[in-house]
Amino acid sequence: MSAVDCAIVGGGIVGAALADALSEAGMSVALVEARSIGTGTTACGMGHLVAMDDNAAELALTSWSVSLWRALAEGLPRAVEYDACGTLWLAADAEEMAAVDSKVSNYRAAGVRVEVLDAAALYEAEPALAPGLVGALRVPGDAVVYPPLAARTFALRAQARGARLMTGTPAQALRPGEVVLANGDVLAARHIVLAAGVASPSLCPGLPITPRKGHLLITRRGAPVVKHQLVELGYVKSAHGTEGASVAFNAQPRVTGQLLLGSSRQPGVGTREVEAAILERMLRRAADFLPGLDGMQALRAWTGLRPATPDGLPLLGPHPEQPWLWLACGHEGLGITTATGSARLVADQLLGRSSAIDARPYLPERFLGRTPRQVAHA
Amino acid sequence: MSAPKSEVVTLRINGRVVTVPEGTSVAAALGTGDALVSRADLSGRPRGPLCGMGVCFECRATVDGVPEVLTCLVPCREGQEVVTDA
Amino acid sequence: MREACDLVVVGAGPGGLAAACHAAEAGLSVLVLDPQSQPGGQVWRGEARKRENRLARRWLDRFAASGARFRPGARVVAAPEPGLLLVEEGTSSLAVRYGRAVLATGARERFLPFPGWTLPGVLGVSGLQVLVKDGLPVRGKRVVLAGTGPLLLAAAATLHRHGAEVLFIAEQAPAARHWGFALQLWRHPGKLLQGAALAASLVGIPTATDAWVVAAEGEARVERVRLSVRGHEETLPCDYLGAAYGLVPNLELAKLLGCEVASGAVVVDERLETRVKGVHAVGELLGIGGVDQALVTGELVGHVAAGKPVPTGLERSWRAVRTFADQLARHDAPREELRRLATPETLVCRCEDVPLQALDGCRDLREARLYARLGMGACQGRTCGAAAEVLFGWTGEDVRPPCLPARIGSLRLPSPPPHTRAS
Ligand SMILES: Cc1cc2nc3c(=O)[nH]c(=O)nc-3n(C[C@H](O)[C@H](O)[C@H](O)COP(=O)(O)OP(=O)(O)OC[C@H]3O[C@@H](n4cnc5c(N)ncnc54)[C@H](O)[C@@H]3O)c2cc1C
Ligand SMILES: Cc1cc2nc3c(=O)[nH]c(=O)nc-3n(C[C@H](O)[C@H](O)[C@H](O)COP(=O)(O)OP(=O)(O)OC[C@H]3O[C@@H](n4cnc5c(N)ncnc54)[C@H](O)[C@@H]3O)c2cc1C
Ligand code: FES
Repeated sequence: MSAVDCAIVGGGIVGAALADALSEAGMSVALVEARSIGTGTTACGMGHLVAMDDNAAELALTSWSVSLWRALAEGLPRAVEYDACGTLWLAADAEEMAAVDSKVSNYRAAGVRVEVLDAAALYEAEPALAPGLVGALRVPGDAVVYPPLAARTFALRAQARGARLMTGTPAQALRPGEVVLANGDVLAARHIVLAAGVASPSLCPGLPITPRKGHLLITRRGAPVVKHQLVELGYVKSAHGTEGASVAFNAQPRVTGQLLLGSSRQPGVGTREVEAAILERMLRRAADFLPGLDGMQALRAWTGLRPATPDGLPLLGPHPEQPWLWLACGHEGLGITTATGSARLVADQLLGRSSAIDARPYLPERFLGRTPRQVAHA
Repeated sequence: MSAPKSEVVTLRINGRVVTVPEGTSVAAALGTGDALVSRADLSGRPRGPLCGMGVCFECRATVDGVPEVLTCLVPCREGQEVVTDA
Repeated sequence: MREACDLVVVGAGPGGLAAACHAAEAGLSVLVLDPQSQPGGQVWRGEARKRENRLARRWLDRFAASGARFRPGARVVAAPEPGLLLVEEGTSSLAVRYGRAVLATGARERFLPFPGWTLPGVLGVSGLQVLVKDGLPVRGKRVVLAGTGPLLLAAAATLHRHGAEVLFIAEQAPAARHWGFALQLWRHPGKLLQGAALAASLVGIPTATDAWVVAAEGEARVERVRLSVRGHEETLPCDYLGAAYGLVPNLELAKLLGCEVASGAVVVDERLETRVKGVHAVGELLGIGGVDQALVTGELVGHVAAGKPVPTGLERSWRAVRTFADQLARHDAPREELRRLATPETLVCRCEDVPLQALDGCRDLREARLYARLGMGACQGRTCGAAAEVLFGWTGEDVRPPCLPARIGSLRLPSPPPHTRAS
């Protein structure tokens, strides 16, 4: 069989979005997925499309990615459940309200529309919240999707342009110009992109990607409880602790009338079982914000493994020591959001196009170069 | 064979007064009307109990203000208020 | 609320009751949980009050005197750590600490989708029987029953006794398979079903083998059914249709506890202990085997839990019961035609309203779940999962907590929480 222009290994949201972008640019593409499209970490994520401002590089990639999603929204099938519900960042005290001010300037500088809500406006917007909150920051441009079908939609679009979807057999080894599958087949490709999420190091030893486990719980269908994706500002503190398990309140309205509750973070934990003690902490935290929580009907709880890098930014670009190998992995807890931007950045580099944002902060050479550059704040 | 010499209980199903032998389940009592209906599906079509044993979730209705009760597992009680959404 | 016990028995059918009796009589503190309001399980449903069946009466009386405690309306929803079950009872929640557990969760019917199977008035075979035992008025109502095996006849007998006009019994099994099996039935003395079979044939209900429901029709409820009877199509007006194809064990709790499951049954050793230490399984969880198997295995585990030697007679009886059960499984295996009744619009998942055509292109249960929402609803695939297995050969997924939808409050751990691995 003739060589494809590009073989993408891993059919999560990142690989699928890249297949979409490359096939749109006219490249011949093969998407190699061990199981089924969008059923890895992508099937476990909340699907919050969120502009995050922990650092400039994160904000640049997330805010651009959210706007790319918005541009796509119209063409997405209804089952992808794109819902422009916006985000409310909840301030529990004066200290967190003060953090809102710096967020406002960060977002505005990046061109992201925001509004500050005082307590009265917050409770008018979200009457189900516990009393005592002091206000919130509203980011109306944020949205929610159903990640597995979003990934599948990208893959099917690529397929409609001639891309090959090769699902059901994992890649076993990557070599210059070829992908060796577990069944012995060899796929010839001019370029190879590794987008295998948390499994990426197994195909490219030495990648700085480790699992960061998260728990979620969804309720049964019912009358909507909240209207926005709700995130506590304390999340910023807990999300970036690198030691031990942490939980934070994160609640999402689904178009089905369900409430999706998160979340927990367990750095370095790579098992999939639901841990009762972590779930308990997560629910206790959520009940602090939603007093009616204990009376709601839980339908299912599950976990997922975020592919975490030391600085929280993805690896997007050529492997500095193996220039035939490209990386699109390590998206941690933001890969649904940043799939659109990541796909564009990698596609631009592969095609020699210029990009809408500076691609340098995400280059793998920050960790993998023979002469590693100093990393900002790893 | 006659039904056991039982007491009766009176309840209301969607406002309709229904008297049934004691020991009757709420799901069974739903069948005293025109059709054995407990809920509506996502497009509003009527559904009724299927399994009778707490597995299928088709028999759910609001009982004494508690929504989503599996009526096949609940006995009728005097003065009970049952509301179906179909 | 909290409870503690030496032995927790989940399920108060014959298997659970037999285990509970032996253990409690030996002085153990025994707690029996069941979602129904009275002990008896599915076969002996309502017997606690009606006292019509002699065998049931004997066990229920023995249970009442045994000292075992019964908690009605109790649904186990999670098993957060060894020795702890979280239980929901109506609007309250209960945490149960136990030393040993007996899973006696029984079986449910296998439903296969056909056009109209979601109409009100279409129930399972045992489903309809149970509702009638629970007081559904059927006097003078026209009923058609379709399915397989001895349960069909048992249901017909109950319905007839309650005054229903049972118009027709459609047995899916081919004639040869059916009559071969029926002959075997007489060799197993004590089968509760013999009486039922006899009753149905005595009252002259028309019965055919090689017969099944093609469709149920009606506006807001079933008004008539179309049947395939030995290659001919027949239409019968009716008020109720009972249709189901054999039984499948309720494996969810066993899976949630981490018990190994193989070929649709919980794997146990000769003490009926599962691969999880201190957790036993009895009755239908070992493979569909009816009330005899439930009693024998329940008694066996009761002896084990009580620390008494197991009488050799019990082990012998269990082997005999298994032989019968294997024949039953062969008889009840759904025939090929039943896999092709659903049209593209027929719903396969009744909770999320997923039609057959939405499954186009899905290759396994996980794809069907994630792409089409099959099994994502309230019953978490309990109904459509067993159907998908027959229709597509897709086998079950892992169970995630809660194993039944439950109030979030029922999933909260009793304080103080156990130590987290991560902290
Ligand atoms: C936005 C969104 C909405 C959702 N809505 C719903 C909904 O409405 N209803 C619903 O039911 N679900 C819903 N889900 C959840 C979905 O059904 C799955 O639970 C989820 O995708 C996670 O998969 P899983 O781990 O449960 O899948 P599985 O297929 O069970 O597991 C995936 C992998 O993990 C392994 N694994 C599974 N269980 C364990 C275990 N206990 N211990 C260790 N390893 C294990 C398996 O072997 C498998 O390889 C939703 C998911 C998302 C992202
Ligand atoms: C609890 C939780 C909540 C989250 N919430 C959000 C959120 O709200 N918003 C957000 O933006 N992000 C969120 N995320 C993060 C997001 O889910 C991930 O960053 C994203 O899914 C990563 O996508 P991926 O394509 O890199 O990985 P994956 O989806 O894991 O895809 C990798 C694919 O590679 C395949 N693969 C692995 N090995 C091989 C091989 N050898 N050969 C071929 N294929 C292989 C796998 O089967 C898999 O399908 C969340 C994550 C978790 C766990
Ligand atoms: S009828 Fe199936 S759960 Fe009640």
